[in-house]
Amino acid sequence: MTFRIQKEAKKESMLINMGPSHPAMHGTIRIMLELDGEKVLNAELEVGYLHRGFEKTCEHKTYFNLLPYTDRLNYVSPLINNLGYVMTVEKLLGIEAPERAQFIRVIMSELSRISDHLTALAAMTMECGAFTAFLYYIQAREEIWRVIEQTTGARMTTSYIRIGGVRADLHPEIDPLLDKAIASTRQLLKDCHGLLDKNKIWLNRTRDVAVVNPEMAINYGFTGPCLRASGVSYDVRKAHPYCTYDQVRFEIPLGDNGDNFDRYMVRMKEMEQSLRIIEQSRKKVPLSAPTIIADGIEPVEAIRASRTKKAEAKIILSPNLEGSEKDVYSRLMAKEKKYTIPPKEDTYTNIEGLINHFKFFMKGHGIRPPKGDVYFSVEGGSGEVGYYIVSDGTDKPYRLHLRGPCFHIVAALEEMILGHYVADIIPTFGGLNMIGGELDR
Amino acid sequence: MEKKKITEILKEKFPEKIKEISSRFGDETVAIERDFLRGLCVFLMKEPYAYSMLLDLTCVDYMGDDLRFEMVYHLFSISSNERVRIKVRLSDKDLNIQSLTPLWKNANWLEREVYDMFGVRFEGHPYLVRLFMYDGFEGHPLRKDYPLRKRQPIIPMRKKE
Repeated sequence: MTFRIQKEAKKESMLINMGPSHPAMHGTIRIMLELDGEKVLNAELEVGYLHRGFEKTCEHKTYFNLLPYTDRLNYVSPLINNLGYVMTVEKLLGIEAPERAQFIRVIMSELSRISDHLTALAAMTMECGAFTAFLYYIQAREEIWRVIEQTTGARMTTSYIRIGGVRADLHPEIDPLLDKAIASTRQLLKDCHGLLDKNKIWLNRTRDVAVVNPEMAINYGFTGPCLRASGVSYDVRKAHPYCTYDQVRFEIPLGDNGDNFDRYMVRMKEMEQSLRIIEQSRKKVPLSAPTIIADGIEPVEAIRASRTKKAEAKIILSPNLEGSEKDVYSRLMAKEKKYTIPPKEDTYTNIEGLINHFKFFMKGHGIRPPKGDVYFSVEGGSGEVGYYIVSDGTDKPYRLHLRGPCFHIVAALEEMILGHYVADIIPTFGGLNMIGGELDR
Repeated sequence: MEKKKITEILKEKFPEKIKEISSRFGDETVAIERDFLRGLCVFLMKEPYAYSMLLDLTCVDYMGDDLRFEMVYHLFSISSNERVRIKVRLSDKDLNIQSLTPLWKNANWLEREVYDMFGVRFEGHPYLVRLFMYDGFEGHPLRKDYPLRKRQPIIPMRKKE
């Protein structure tokens, strides 16, 4: 097969491959370039190196089962992908999570957004040679991930946000870690503004490079920081508020030119706004006291005792169920028994809970939304993360399609780098925040 | 006075071209004839509606139906902050539809993806080749008759030119 670029290339110009295995191509993507010296005359992208049949797999999984696959889409902000998927199914089912769960969702997705922006900027600055800034960004990201890990139990593959609510309550000792994460992110923002904003090398590398005007950004379907860097004010959190985003105050930073510098600046400012949202939301979710069950009994004993009469004693749950004890669970999960797992205490001790649990996981039962199709989107790290789900009334989605934000953004790269130098490709590519898992699905 | 929904406006304006309108789950949807797609998009793109962004484009395979494939387009208007969904049914025997590449640049990759996964051909697409799958891949993986764990033959090594 001859590629487009091979057909279009002039005889005297040089064709060169960048990637798919290249240190700067930090997903696997291949850029074919037609060069005149250092100048890019034409470019073609080849994607699909990380294609793993996400949509096909989902058609063969139940609504509950496929949640972990959504973690692996945008793997630097998995919680937002969880949220997008879960809220699409909730829209289909017509249920809503309790308020506490919604605030937790907001806190978690803002933490993810910060980690997403930090990763993107870390890659972008490192590729311009600013290794110090890179280390600062990654250090701050580490603090954010510590908070996420403490509550969700995983750094990246969280599967924390569930249909109907969240899996567990915030960790009782989240406060010191969250304070530290917020403080270190604030410090980082200050440091990096100081390091980069007036840095001559940084400005020369990013100013007026890969300019995207508003018309082009809209025409390519840009969303998120890349669209806002071009000066178009569109943010799903403001335009179609979901969860409790209408109860918190924040601003949408905008850029002027739509060049690499604006994309950097918009991300930096957005992190500040995300911190504001976290600080407002955490006040709304007073932490519950740590549940220490001193006089509890083992699940086996509880099951045995409940055979004859209703068990009253508390049950010691396995540590991985920490935070989803019965007394906090009702504030985290919607009441609809058809669509949510009952608390473990009920499953162990009464017949209703057991049947609910059984029905939920049994093949062909579980979550069965009404027939129809639905589209819902949330604001992800790099733009609008939308899911289109077609349900045929069974427990598996008939069709699930992801609208990945970076698919549309990376599609524009071919045009963005025209006329620039080879060295400019790398920061431009970094600034787009291309995530292979989401692009190739 | 309550603002009129875009689907109702379209139904009044093009009664013979619009097959069905619905707003189930709050998503405004119009189902249209195949040949009207580009005309409708041009109409929606212009003021006062200004559906200037192609949010998403995909396809659904309803195996067993007479018109087996359904193309699904999501448009978004930044000025009025509204989404609209356009549905076009395609027959298995004549899998062709107008390309939207002259209107939106991101339609290029989206349509290549649909071509790759479903085998729908887009008339007027400048470069309709597979996007995610490799050259030499047989079949279209997201069709319902493509088995989940189907193996593909190993493609021969490329010869040195």
